[in-house]
Amino acid sequence: MNTSLNYAYYPGCSSTGTSIEYDMSSRAVCAALDIKLNDVPDWSCCGSTPAHTVDHSLSSALSARNLNQVASIGMDSCITPCPSCLANLKTATHRMEDEAFRNKVNKLLDKPADTRVSTKSVLQILVEDYGIENIRKKVVRPLKGLVVGAYYGCILNRPAELMQFDDSEHPMAMDNIMEALGATVVPFPLKVECCGASFGIPRKDVVMRLSGKLLDTAHAIGAKALVTACPLCQMNLDMRQNQINHANGSHHNIPIFYFTQLLGLALGLTEKEMGMNKLCVSPRTLLDAMANEETIKEKAA
Amino acid sequence: MKIGVFVCHCGSNIEATVDTAAVAAAAREFPGVVFATDTMYTCSEPGQDEIVDAIKEHNLGGVVVASCTPRMHEQTFRRTVERAGLNKYLFEMANIREHVSWIGKDREANTNKSVDLVRMATEKLLRNRALHPKKFTINKRVLIIGGGVAGIQAALDCADGGLEVVMVEKTSTIGGKMAKLDKTFPTVDCSSCILGPRMVDVAQHPNITLYAYSEIEEIKGYVGNFEIKVKKKATYVDWKNCTGCGICMEKCPSKKATDTFNEEIGKTTAINIPFPQAIPKKAKIDPAFCTMLKKGKCGICAKVCPSGCIDYEMKDEFITEKVGAIVTATGFDLFDWTVYGEYGGGRYPDVITSLQYERMLSASGPTGGHIKRPSDGKEPKNVVFIQCVGSRDKSVGRPYCTGFCCMYTAKQAILTKDHLPQSQSYVFYMDIRATGKLYDEFTRRAMEEYDTNYIRGRVSMIYPKGDKLLVRGADTLMGTQVEVDADLVVLAVGAESSAGASELAEKLRISYDSYGFYMEGHPKLKPVETNTAGVYLAGACQGPKDIPSSVGQGSAAAAKVLGLFSKDQLESDPQVSIVDIKRCIGCGKCIQTCPFGAIKEIDFRGMVKADVIETICQGCGICTSTCPQGAVQLQHATDNQILSEVNALCQF
Ligand SMILES: Cc1cc2nc3c(=O)[nH]c(=O)nc-3n(C[C@H](O)[C@H](O)[C@H](O)COP(=O)(O)OP(=O)(O)OC[C@H]3O[C@@H](n4cnc5c(N)ncnc54)[C@H](O)[C@@H]3O)c2cc1C
Ligand code: SF4
Ligand code: SF4
Repeated sequence: MNTSLNYAYYPGCSSTGTSIEYDMSSRAVCAALDIKLNDVPDWSCCGSTPAHTVDHSLSSALSARNLNQVASIGMDSCITPCPSCLANLKTATHRMEDEAFRNKVNKLLDKPADTRVSTKSVLQILVEDYGIENIRKKVVRPLKGLVVGAYYGCILNRPAELMQFDDSEHPMAMDNIMEALGATVVPFPLKVECCGASFGIPRKDVVMRLSGKLLDTAHAIGAKALVTACPLCQMNLDMRQNQINHANGSHHNIPIFYFTQLLGLALGLTEKEMGMNKLCVSPRTLLDAMANEETIKEKAA
Repeated sequence: MKIGVFVCHCGSNIEATVDTAAVAAAAREFPGVVFATDTMYTCSEPGQDEIVDAIKEHNLGGVVVASCTPRMHEQTFRRTVERAGLNKYLFEMANIREHVSWIGKDREANTNKSVDLVRMATEKLLRNRALHPKKFTINKRVLIIGGGVAGIQAALDCADGGLEVVMVEKTSTIGGKMAKLDKTFPTVDCSSCILGPRMVDVAQHPNITLYAYSEIEEIKGYVGNFEIKVKKKATYVDWKNCTGCGICMEKCPSKKATDTFNEEIGKTTAINIPFPQAIPKKAKIDPAFCTMLKKGKCGICAKVCPSGCIDYEMKDEFITEKVGAIVTATGFDLFDWTVYGEYGGGRYPDVITSLQYERMLSASGPTGGHIKRPSDGKEPKNVVFIQCVGSRDKSVGRPYCTGFCCMYTAKQAILTKDHLPQSQSYVFYMDIRATGKLYDEFTRRAMEEYDTNYIRGRVSMIYPKGDKLLVRGADTLMGTQVEVDADLVVLAVGAESSAGASELAEKLRISYDSYGFYMEGHPKLKPVETNTAGVYLAGACQGPKDIPSSVGQGSAAAAKVLGLFSKDQLESDPQVSIVDIKRCIGCGKCIQTCPFGAIKEIDFRGMVKADVIETICQGCGICTSTCPQGAVQLQHATDNQILSEVNALCQF
C-alpha cells in the first residue's frame, strides 16, 4: 500500500459553514487512512459562481492566489472536497496556459501565478491514489443493509476534458466505494443530473423541480439514502427536502450523506466525528437499522 | 534533342496567378528548347493538335507541358506525343497548378517558380531515353473479396461475361448486411426476396467458385498475374457432404452461442447454419461454445448427422488461387455506440441498434417478425428512433454522414406502424438527408401518412423510469426540451470500415483513408479503380453507401475487369529498375531493401550479381538510393536524371 500519500488541503468556504460535516469527515477519513493533509495557509475563497459569472480573470486570480499558497508550503498537489472549488481551480490552471490570459491574471496578483500545482478531489485521490481495494481492507464495520444510490451532480466529472476523472456520463467512483463498504448500491439513473445548484436563491422553483425529480427517482428505485460529493447538491437535497416536499406534494424522507461520512462509519469512526447530527433529514432510523443488523450478526456468531 | 514547351493557362486556374507567356518566353532560352508557347487548354483537342503539329513542324524530339498534376493528364499527353510518332517517355510534365498557381497569390513569385519547374523538366527531358514496354499474358480469372450485395453483383456480372470467378467470404454465408434486412427503402420490398435468388445464382453459376468462411492470407504478384493464398477456416463439418438438413442444430445441447447473424437478438447453437436461406447452406461449429471441442465431451452432432460429416479434428486449410484481377467488396461494420454514456452505454436492454431492429422486423428473424422489447418480451407502444449515432459527430471521431440512416429510419418507422398500428414512433434527427430518387417522397410519407413524430434535435439522456425509458432531448425548432416515455429505443448507428479493412488493404497494397475506407483512384473519374493496377472496389468498403449505389459499383467494377480482360496481353510498365551488371559488386543491399522482393541474386560467370524481376518491380526506386555503386537504376528516374533536375534548380 502506498503509505506516503501527502497533499495540500483546500477546504473551501462551504466547509466552514453549510458543509462542515463534509470537512470533518474528509479530514477524519484521511487521518484514518494515513493520508497526510497539509492545510493551505491563509487560504481564501475561490470566487465560486459569482466571480466567474462577472469576470474570468478575477475568478482565476482568486484561484491562482490559493494555488500560490499551496506552492508556498512546497507542495505541488492539492486536494479539495468541493467539486465547485475544484472546477474553479482547474479552470484557472487551464485558462492560464494561454499567455495573454495569464498576464491579465498576474496583473491582479502580488506575485506571478505558479501554474505547476495540480488539483484533484478528495474522491479522486481515494479512488486513484489510495485505491478501492485498499479501502475494502480497512473496513471494520460494513454498511450491511444500507440501500444507497450514488449521486454525483453535474460538475464533479464535467467537462470531461477538464476534470479528467471517471466517466462523465456514467461515473462509478462512489458506487464502487459504497459497494466496497458493504452497502447495497442501486444504480441511480440520474447520477449526473443537475440539482438546480445556486438557483435555490434566485429561482427556488427550479431547484424544487430538479431536486424533486432526483428524490422521486431515488424513491422509485428503492434507494433508502443518497450519497453525494458536493456541498451544493447535498444542501439542495437535504436542507431543502422539506421545501421540496411542500412544493411538490411529496413525502420523501431520504437522508443525504456525504460519501466521506459513510466511509468514516465503515472505517470505525464515530457518528459524532462524522457530523451525522448536522444532517437535516435525520439518518437515525437508517443508522439504527444498520447497527441492528450488525448486532444480529454478532449474536449469530 | 529539340524540345518544345507548352505552358497551359488552364482557363484562369493558372493564368490568373502565373504569367504563362513570360514562362514560355523564358523557356525559349533554355538549352535544347526550339519552340515554346502558352495555350488556353493544352488537354483539349485543339491544344493536343497544337502539340502534334509543333512536333512535325519543328521536328521536335521531346515535349514539356507545364500544366496540372501528372496524376490525371500525364497519360493524355503521352498518348499525344505518341500520336506524333515520338516515344511516350520523351515527354515531361511540370506541375504549375497544384504546386504553384493554386497555392500562392504572388504573380511574380509564381511566374519565377514556374520557370524553375519548366527548366527542371527540360533538363530531365534532355536525359530521357525511349523506353519500350514488354508484353505479358494475363490470367483471365477474377477474385471477389466479400460476398455482400456489391460483391454478389460484381461476381454475377463477371461470370455472365464469361470469366471464371473466385469469391472469398469471411462469414459462413454470403449476403452481407442486406441478408439481415427485412424490407428495403424506398420501395419497401422484401430484402430476401430480391437478394435470395441472386445468392442462389452465385451458388449455382458454373463459373463461380465460392469459398465461404474463408479469408485472404496472402496476395502476391501484379495485375494479370496475382497469386492468392486463401485460408479456409476450420468448420469442423465436411461441407462436401453436409446437406444443410439442420438436424445437428436441433440436437446440439449448447444453446448459448453468439448469434452474429441475428445481431445477438437471441442465441444460437454451437453448431449452426446462420439462417434458413444461407448460401452455402452448410453447418459450422463455433469452437468457443462447443463442449466437444472445449472439453472433449458431448459429440452429439457427430452421432445424429445423417451424412456423417462432423470432423472435430478439422484444421484450417490453405488454398492457392491464381487470378488476373481483384474486386474488393468487403462492405462496412457498425459503429460501437456504447461509447455514448448518455444513451446508457449498453446498460439498458431496450436500447437496441437499427440492425437488431431489422432482425426483429424480419419474419424469418429470432422473434418471427414480432416487435418485442428484449427486457420483457412486451410489445412496445412508443418507439423512439435516434439518428446520427456515431455519424456527424467529431467528438467520437466520426465526422462523416453515413448517408443511409435517415432513409432506413423512415423505413423502420413505417414498418413499425404496419406491425403495431397502435404504436407511436418518434424520430430525433439533425437534418434529413434523402437525396436519392424517390427518397424525399419516402421520408415525407413516414411523417405524413404514418404519423411519425419527427423532432429536430439531439437526445441528451436516456434513463430508466419504471419499466419505461425516459428519452430527453432538445426540440430545436420549438426551442424547448422534450421528454418522451419510450418503450423501445432504436439507435440509427452509423457505418464504419469493416473489421480488418486496413490489414486487407496492406495485403492488396491499396490506400485507405483515416477511417479505413478504401481510396478510389480518383474521387470523380475513377470511382471503382484503386491506385494499384488490377485491384477494383465495389460497395461500402469505399465509403458508406446504400444498396442501389453498392450494386451500381458492383456492376461498374465488373465492367472494368471485363475491359481489362478484353486483351490477351498487357503491357508492363518499363519504369522499373535495371541492374548494370558491370557495376554491380553483388553486395545484396538492394535485395534487402526492396519492399516487394523484386530483386534476386544470380550467378554471372561465377560472380554474384543482382537481377530485377521486372514484373514484380513496382518502380519505387528504393534500390537505386540504396546501391553504393549506382549499379541499379530506376528507368525514367535515374540518378543522372534526378541530379540534372537538382542542378537546374540550384544553379544560382
Ligand atoms: C439497419 C440498416 C438498414 C439498411 N436498410 C437499407 C435499405 O432499406 N435500403 C438500402 O438501399 N440500404 C440499406 N442499408 C444499407 C445496406 O446495408 C448497404 O448498402 C449494403 O449492405 C452494402 O453492401 P456491401 O456489399 O458493400 O457491404 P456488406 O453488406 O457489408 O457486405 C460485405 C461482405 O464482405 C464480407 N467481408 C468483410 N470483410 C471481409 C474480408 N476481409 N474477407 C472476406 N470477406 C469479408 C462481409 O462478411 C460481408 O458479407 C441498411 C443498412 C443498415 C445498417
Ligand atoms: S444519413 Fe441522416 S442519420 Fe445518417 S448520418 Fe447522415 S444525417 Fe445522420
Ligand atoms: S545494391 Fe547495387 S551493387 Fe548491391 S547487389 Fe544491388 S545492384 Fe548490386
